[in-house]
Amino acid sequence: MPRYILFRCLQAIPVLLIVICITFIMIKAAPGGPFDSEKTVPTEILQKLNERYHLDDPLIIQLSDYLVNLLKGDLGPSFKYPGRSVNELIGNGLPITLELGIYAILFALFIGVIAGLIASTKPNTLQDYIPMSLAMTGICMPAFVLGPILLLVFSIWLEWFPVFGWGQSPGDKILPTITLGATYAAYIARLTRGGMLEILSQDFIRTARAKGLPEATIILKHGLKGGLIPVVSFLGPAIAGLLSGSFVVESIFQIPGLGRFYIQAAFNRDYTMILGTTIFFAALIIIFNLLSDIVVAWLNPRIRNGNDKT
Amino acid sequence: MRRYKLLSFNKLFIISILLFIFGCSSESEVSPPDSIDAQILHLGNGTEPQGLDPHVVTGVTEHNVIMSLLEGLVGLHPATLVPVPAVAESWEVSEDGTKYVFNIRDSAKWSNGDPVTSNDFIYSWKRALTPELGNQYAYMLYPIVNAEAYNIGEIENFNLVGIRSLDEKKLEVNLRASTPYFLGLLDHDSTFPVHKPTIEKFGDIDTRDSEWTRAGNFIGNGPFTLKLWEQNRIIIVEKNPHYWDTATVKLNEIHFYPTDQTATEERMFRTGKLHLSYSIPLEKIATYKKENPELLQIHPYLGTYYYDLNITIPPLDNVNVRRALAMSIDRESIVKNITKGGQKPAYTLTPPDTLGYTANAAIPYDIEKAKQLLAEAGFPDGKGFPKLQLLYNTLESHQQIAVAIQQMWKQALNIDISLTNQEWKVYLDTRSAMDFQIARASWIGDYIDPNTFLDMFVTNGGNNHTGWSNDEYDQLITQASFTANQEARYKLFQHAEEILADEAPIIPIYTYARIFLQSPEVKGWHPNLLDRHPYKYVYLETNNQN
Repeated sequence: MPRYILFRCLQAIPVLLIVICITFIMIKAAPGGPFDSEKTVPTEILQKLNERYHLDDPLIIQLSDYLVNLLKGDLGPSFKYPGRSVNELIGNGLPITLELGIYAILFALFIGVIAGLIASTKPNTLQDYIPMSLAMTGICMPAFVLGPILLLVFSIWLEWFPVFGWGQSPGDKILPTITLGATYAAYIARLTRGGMLEILSQDFIRTARAKGLPEATIILKHGLKGGLIPVVSFLGPAIAGLLSGSFVVESIFQIPGLGRFYIQAAFNRDYTMILGTTIFFAALIIIFNLLSDIVVAWLNPRIRNGNDKT
Repeated sequence: MRRYKLLSFNKLFIISILLFIFGCSSESEVSPPDSIDAQILHLGNGTEPQGLDPHVVTGVTEHNVIMSLLEGLVGLHPATLVPVPAVAESWEVSEDGTKYVFNIRDSAKWSNGDPVTSNDFIYSWKRALTPELGNQYAYMLYPIVNAEAYNIGEIENFNLVGIRSLDEKKLEVNLRASTPYFLGLLDHDSTFPVHKPTIEKFGDIDTRDSEWTRAGNFIGNGPFTLKLWEQNRIIIVEKNPHYWDTATVKLNEIHFYPTDQTATEERMFRTGKLHLSYSIPLEKIATYKKENPELLQIHPYLGTYYYDLNITIPPLDNVNVRRALAMSIDRESIVKNITKGGQKPAYTLTPPDTLGYTANAAIPYDIEKAKQLLAEAGFPDGKGFPKLQLLYNTLESHQQIAVAIQQMWKQALNIDISLTNQEWKVYLDTRSAMDFQIARASWIGDYIDPNTFLDMFVTNGGNNHTGWSNDEYDQLITQASFTANQEARYKLFQHAEEILADEAPIIPIYTYARIFLQSPEVKGWHPNLLDRHPYKYVYLETNNQN
């Protein structure tokens, strides 16, 4: 197992390097630059700006400079926000995006696992159809539809929650969490149901039933661990997706997170910010995939042992 | 063992839910008190400002904050936009209009109590013009002798630039030509003073990435000082006790919210979190017009939406073709059915009533004449007309207008146009390389004078993306810059505008409007063409009608 983890960590380095190089080349190849604006900037000024940020250096020099700075932990200055470094911008937005992401995934797990369990205990009955139909609706409903609907009902009509913000007034974290978590809750519900149905039809469950164990013990003690394997495999990419995909929710609820920078940076040709956020999210995806693989291995001895043998 | 793990899983849920609930109930200092007594104005401010350095940033939302923190030599009257004394209590102008002497008031102070002196302006303008700083609005100072030469690196001695200090409180400015709108430029960010010791504490004169604009570091001379700046959340400015005119300032604080999502902003306004919105979703205009017309504000704005025609390629090199295209657009229909936000059809480049100037020339809407012109150009009933491409940056509203115009040209002239959209920066690149046939464009005036529009189309002008050049037009614009008499200047502009309408290198489509929501409690917020609202005149008062 430790060898497996070490191997996976080492694997991440070339992957990250390739991501950086490809992103670097692609953003430089895209037409337009960070200082282009509707009002034409005089050539002399543009030249000075390019000199200042070394944008007139050959591409390979720019890339190697960037990589050297990156090793020192410096992601460079933002072009869009003069006076702010990319490290600072990510540092400001990340805690909020992380907090939102964690709440959303916990919400998704809580609702999703319960709904999946309820559905799996009585398959093909009303108890199965109702939560699964709701889950299908959840999967189909994008955040930019769900968010405004929740706001309309709970903030404007009922006046229970604020219409915007994060940590600014009581209750303002609830609607963004639900909006971001709903789709994932729906996926988790379906995955839990599928996983549980498979496990509950296994011989060891039949044996447990034959021994006369209470149904709750069978499901929670013997079934759940195996039944959740598909959910855990899904969680790695899901957490990374939640964090990098919070842009819409952050916009709807006016949340000062990282997701907004990620999208805006590309439109602004804020080269360093694009690279910084891309590297950051790539690392996040790699880490969470690794974590979910480790947890799956822990949950399923067959995978763990299989890897040890190789 | 397993039971323990299961319990810990449950515990994790309980702890996180508790965390969530407690996390939600923490109140921070930025909750809007919504009290008129507190005189705190809550403003929707569009996108998050890039920064607050007046010599580095370029956008409107940045300007909205900066004008609360800094003040130029001259201000603008909130309703008429006529220059009024600000840091300078008075000024003298030479007869030929090329020399100004500004008398800086003794009571003008920085927010740390330092006096504002003439040397502050010299340092600040030197900084604004320093090539290495990369100030994209440095051209606002170009009317000053040698300012342009210094900015583009032709000269390196700043003493050659036409500004000097006569004493601590007297500043002399020499202009290369009489520039009747010069005083208006002094209310622009790039001519605002900055506090030299603060700039030098955090960097050099040419440091773009300085931290001097952070809350706690910022020293300004405006009616407010920077109290808090949380990126993408809020900017709070509070009354500056050292401001020379504190008696006029009624607001205690202004809270600027970045509101780039118009739907979110409208919800914030509707639930009483904002006194003024930056904008309003198009689809909400009709509802507000019907249900709360008193909240909806629609005012003319100093900007024109137009199409650039690339006249270097056939058939657009033929003036008759260009005029035919310009004449067959039903602008009334566009503003009535597509933009729907109070815009006015534009038949000339300069918006009407720009400081008393309204162009007489106009491109008429005349389909019969357009058909005739097209026939004269060798394309009777559109026969043989090549398929042209219309370029716009990706945005639904631009697309709707482009589709409508495509249809209008098809119906009126029987010609086919294909539509191409490009992402913003790609579009800017394509347009500046003139790799297009017809392209959407717009221009928002920097100052209130027809010159801000008309000098764009001089030969090889930086923003002239049409390839059009006309000697007479160039001469008229140059002559206007040397003419002090307003009436005589406007005559020259009228003539220039006639040439522009006759030659049609551009097709004006509509004049912009500012459309936003305003709570009735906000007073002293006067509509004007520049959408400039000096905050020292703004206050909150219970609306008697309610």
